[in-house]
Amino acid sequence: ESLVHWPTQKMNLFQSVTSALDNTLASDPTAVIFGEDVAFGGVFRCTVGLRDKYGKDRVFNTPLCEQGIVGFGIGAAVAGATAIAEIQFADYIYPAFDQIVNEAAKYRYRSGNLFDCGNLTIRAPWGCVGHGSLYHSQSPEAFFAHCPGIKVVIPRSPVQAKGLLLACIADQNPCIFFEPKILYRAAVEQVPVEPYTIPLSQAEILQEGSDVTLVAWGTQIHVMREVANMAQEKLGVSCELIDLQTILPWDTETVCKSVVKTGRLLISHEAPITGGFAAEISSTVQEECFLNLEAPISRVCGYDTPFPHIFEPFYIPDKWKCFEAIKKMINY
Amino acid sequence: MKNMLTIISNALCRITGRNVGTRAVVSRSFADFTSQATFDIKKCDVHRLEEGPPLKAELTREQGLRYYRIMQTVRRMELKADQLYKQKIIRGFCHLYDGQEACAVGIEAAINPSDHLITAYRAHGYTYTRGIAVKEILAELTGRRGGVAKGKGGSMHMYAPHFYGGNGIVGAQVPLGAGIALACQYQGNNQVCVALYGDGAANQGQLFESFNMAALWKLPCIFTCENNQYGMGTSVERASASTDYYKRGDFIPGIRVDGMDVLCVREAFKFAAEHCRSGKGPIVMELKTYRYHGHSMSDPGVSYRTREEIQEVRSKSDPITMLKERMLSNNMASVEEFKEIDIAIRKEVEEAAQYATSDPEPPLEELCNHIFSNDSPLEVRGTNPWARLKSVS
Repeated sequence: ESLVHWPTQKMNLFQSVTSALDNTLASDPTAVIFGEDVAFGGVFRCTVGLRDKYGKDRVFNTPLCEQGIVGFGIGAAVAGATAIAEIQFADYIYPAFDQIVNEAAKYRYRSGNLFDCGNLTIRAPWGCVGHGSLYHSQSPEAFFAHCPGIKVVIPRSPVQAKGLLLACIADQNPCIFFEPKILYRAAVEQVPVEPYTIPLSQAEILQEGSDVTLVAWGTQIHVMREVANMAQEKLGVSCELIDLQTILPWDTETVCKSVVKTGRLLISHEAPITGGFAAEISSTVQEECFLNLEAPISRVCGYDTPFPHIFEPFYIPDKWKCFEAIKKMINY
Repeated sequence: MKNMLTIISNALCRITGRNVGTRAVVSRSFADFTSQATFDIKKCDVHRLEEGPPLKAELTREQGLRYYRIMQTVRRMELKADQLYKQKIIRGFCHLYDGQEACAVGIEAAINPSDHLITAYRAHGYTYTRGIAVKEILAELTGRRGGVAKGKGGSMHMYAPHFYGGNGIVGAQVPLGAGIALACQYQGNNQVCVALYGDGAANQGQLFESFNMAALWKLPCIFTCENNQYGMGTSVERASASTDYYKRGDFIPGIRVDGMDVLCVREAFKFAAEHCRSGKGPIVMELKTYRYHGHSMSDPGVSYRTREEIQEVRSKSDPITMLKERMLSNNMASVEEFKEIDIAIRKEVEEAAQYATSDPEPPLEELCNHIFSNDSPLEVRGTNPWARLKSVS
């Protein structure tokens, strides 16, 4: 890959986010970062050191008001600033839902391209963390996938996170960047220090295979990697693993091409199954690749319950559930 | 007053023939203690009110001991929760209430059990004052079936009759409180609703929407801001353009109360409840209080404030100590009595912790129970037989 020869530094996910934000503040004088508690470094340490380096007028705290944060961000973006808003947990994004869906997403369209808030990027920690319970574990990407006009992006690792976040910031459309909170410390990689972007709306094939296509994003990719290994060892099944990366607009071509090759598709995500994003992928793939399918498309997702407190280990789509789904598909 | 009491006390000693000084174990009879005393309490700042709560509060011995017992139970329960969390028996998020006990106890003393109360996530104290046993609270924290919410809610979601939680999303409980007040008004039952929120939540838009509706329709809602000076790690000066939270209701009258003094809180809320019950509409209260712990168990609580500050509050304004000293200096109870209460509470909390650690977790069927209004577990779409839920396919 072209990044291979760049000077790198060992970083975990939150440090790679800090690096991306650092690069942005350095190169773009209009860039501002704001949100709850970002000034001291953020509750997940994603903005550590930035206020000291770039000043308190560029990295500042907002009061506790998500609707206000996003609305303010939209205004700042429309007026020309590169606005990077942080929502402290994706679970808290709902007061801002109206601003995102009705204002940010539709600005360019309704003004006939006269105005836009493409300079807006919203970052939020996302996904289960082992003890988050109802309001610190949610994966709301499906709610936003239903909204033309915004982009929704979810990285799986530090290298992807920095590249995708910089791509979101550079992108001329309002973007929501969900960061898997369980990976903030757990995922560590050698990340290039200089800025770089990874293209949006391009899924990445992590592992080539011939029997089953596995599609996931964020934390679930790591689960699926294990599942792919298990399938190879125990069933002799060769899996093709795809990281969707961008949820909206998603890379239909890569996924469909893969399914045409393998004939079987398993999609997995933590969010509840009904109306989860796997449903959209499943529907599109069956439209495009109907005759290529060897088995019904399988979705291994969270159950249709609120994200549970004590039942989390039973709720999440773990490797055993995915493995079982592959077995069923192979034996169909 | 004190001299007179001493004289009477001495006289009683002579009459009953007891010579208190020479006994190794002092046992004072009930008659030795003052049964009631009046205390001066701080004047409350008021907004849009002609007069505020009274400047004096009466306290009977029985009330004093009760408030002490409840506050001390909440304090010990929270400290036990701290201990269990550090032992990783409680996991997830845990927001402790120690330091703010006078608020919960004072409010409960001023309202009736049939009145309603709703608060945010720092809810363990209120769960107790609203009638739930310590063991059910601790079992909920550890996620066991004996917990008040069957182990499904955790720290932030505890409920009781006329106590609507326990709400995780900041500020979201205030419109709910206004709605509860509407129900009270509609049903004409002369009840009020106390809707609590914090200084951080005071900047949420939905609060102002609630204020407007409550004032417009004269709802019997006591909006209460528990101002513990910090919204997580942000001090009030850095978060709010105006830190006069009792004035934030603008067109709604407001009272600022010393939240560390249980008597001050009680009198203020008696006043507020009367205001609402008489049909005058909502009122905004601000309780100036302090929390000793950080925002949650993941917050050491000293990166945004000094240890000296915490120590100062502990030594000068601790609600439990204040009440105890008041009662002792007015001869309303003895040091031994307080010690006995402490021992009994320690035992209760210890047993509760035992229960919370040993009670089994809720059965797996509970995962899918009560999503909708149905008694038996719903057939939730699972994904494979491993989960023991029937798959649709």
